[in-house]
Amino acid sequence: MSGGHQTLALLLFSAFVVVTLAITTWVSRKRRGSAEEFYAGGRLFSPMENGFAIAGDYMSAASFLGISGLIALYGYDGMLYSVGFLVAWLVVLLLVAELVRNCGRFTLADVVAARMAERPVRTALGVSSVTVSVLYLVAQMVGAGSLVALLLGGTGDTARSWTVVGVGALMVIYVSLGGMRATTWIQIVKAVLLMAGAVALTVLVLVHFHGNVNTLLSSAAERSGQGGDFLSPGLLYGGSWTARLDFISLGLALVLGTAGLPHILSRFYTVPTARAARRSVVWSIGLIGGFYLMTIVLGFGAAALVGSADVRASNASGNTAVPLLATVLGGGEGSTGGTVLFAVVAAIAFATILAVVAGITLASSASVAHDLYASWRRPGTERRGEVGVARAAAVGIGVVAIALGLLAQDLNVAFLVGLAFAVAASANLPALLYSLFWRGFTTRGAVWAVYGGLIPAVLLVILSPVVSGSPASLLPGADFQLFPLENPGLVSVPAGFLAGWIGTVTSPEPPDEAKHAETEVRALTGAGAV
Amino acid sequence: MWPDDPWYDVPAPGRCAPDGVAAAAPDSRTGRREEQGHSAADVYLEVQRSAAFREVRRRYRRFVVPAVAAFLLWYLAYVVAATTAHGLMARPVAGVMNVAMLAGLGQFLTTFLLTWAYVRHARLHRDRAALDLRWDTQEMTRGAER
Repeated sequence: MSGGHQTLALLLFSAFVVVTLAITTWVSRKRRGSAEEFYAGGRLFSPMENGFAIAGDYMSAASFLGISGLIALYGYDGMLYSVGFLVAWLVVLLLVAELVRNCGRFTLADVVAARMAERPVRTALGVSSVTVSVLYLVAQMVGAGSLVALLLGGTGDTARSWTVVGVGALMVIYVSLGGMRATTWIQIVKAVLLMAGAVALTVLVLVHFHGNVNTLLSSAAERSGQGGDFLSPGLLYGGSWTARLDFISLGLALVLGTAGLPHILSRFYTVPTARAARRSVVWSIGLIGGFYLMTIVLGFGAAALVGSADVRASNASGNTAVPLLATVLGGGEGSTGGTVLFAVVAAIAFATILAVVAGITLASSASVAHDLYASWRRPGTERRGEVGVARAAAVGIGVVAIALGLLAQDLNVAFLVGLAFAVAASANLPALLYSLFWRGFTTRGAVWAVYGGLIPAVLLVILSPVVSGSPASLLPGADFQLFPLENPGLVSVPAGFLAGWIGTVTSPEPPDEAKHAETEVRALTGAGAV
Repeated sequence: MWPDDPWYDVPAPGRCAPDGVAAAAPDSRTGRREEQGHSAADVYLEVQRSAAFREVRRRYRRFVVPAVAAFLLWYLAYVVAATTAHGLMARPVAGVMNVAMLAGLGQFLTTFLLTWAYVRHARLHRDRAALDLRWDTQEMTRGAER
């Protein structure tokens, strides 16, 4: 391909970086440096703004490029992801958003620790939240490096390494200088760009087929080389029973994990009331649902217009399906329209990664400072240093993420996102739901629920085929594989809930009735909410 | 607008609560005859036992428990069918549309519908009563701290 689209993509992406840095500077100019400001952005965002920001936090480049690519390659089976990612929001809306907004201050641990002995519970939830965030972060960093290689044709290792370092440095700057306020605005800008790009491409695809979805689907089936099978499940997860169980496991992790993701939960603290939290979830469900519907059109559009064989030839996992589709829609390779659309898609994908990593970094720095540091600092030390610790933690997490991103850049890390969701569903969600809805829940139950989900999830992945025992593993030479599935959710989610229950019923201390009353009354009425 | 005012809340455009709601709200002022000298913990226990709070909780649970059970079952049935019942899912319905496509789009549709139903239920049957309870509880805890 010519260098035209590379230059244009770099220009557009630089414009995004300049705008976001301007936002960060403008926001930090009048910052007061309080914890309220740093973790929650002053709590005065409107439901619509927060809804866009939530959607921005959630829709990663993996959704935009990855899911459309899977649909272009495997047809219907790619759609299964979109459904799981969307239905998960009902758990957030019905069970979590309002109650968490009412009882917590900055993090997930605030909600659970209010009923319990503070230190062990905060430590456990801090550890699991940081684990989830780092897993998710490394996946995004490695993805950023591969995107550069894919989209700009710069396959050199130096270009990839510098991208990882650059993305890491930018996210540290956004978070440590701008806190939640800057991060929120970056998410909003990114969500608007991503939606605009997706809408434009979807309209072009539909116009190409004169608005006839039937023609779109049948020509997709035809060009895929699979015929009618392309439009029904089975191409990707239809093989062995292990593959089928693996998808059921992933589906469970996706639908339950979203409600335990720290960077999603912390977004509910940026609005003033529980009603505003509810309305922001409604906005985000509308945006996310619309977005995933569009990825389906884009995926089948890529199969119909580019052809599955060409998509696979460009990238084996389908990540270039949307950029290739954009080139075709713009008039084909070498045309001005094709070059412009390709560059726009590439720039949007970069912007997406940058915004998502900023959101996760902020959430994990909050977990480190507000949960881990705050519960372990020496008694009597003043609370005021906490924001400074959070800023330092953002730098530290940035360095760790850059290092892991560089180490892992040649590895296949696609399983990391599924693993992050599985850990969130098995460690964070049981503790959160039990403490909101179970009168008899105790400190021991909370600690056991977190570790009882976290440890099996991580252990099962280490013993799974993603780490050893197959040619595609992280350690192809070794073989200590004992667990057949790539995603641990099917075992670790029930394990987390079970451990929380056992911990509670074997607990020597009785549950604190007064604190349960306080949590329940505050959760459902909003009394005393900050 | 005052940043720390918990009552600051932007009304949804074009969505005013109907007047009939106030009548549906339970009498939450029963907790008012609270004596001074209680601690905040006693206040929360008392509110939790009050009829008004139990009504709010009952309304919340009566909607949420069946709704969560229904959509989780529907989603799990969909995932299990998509991975195991290929014959059923591939059955054509109209044109290129088959059972699998309709079920997938149906998941989107039910998600949107349930979101709408939940928000409507909360707005009509819970928000007003919860707000009254919030006032009362905060007044009582303030009294208890004094």
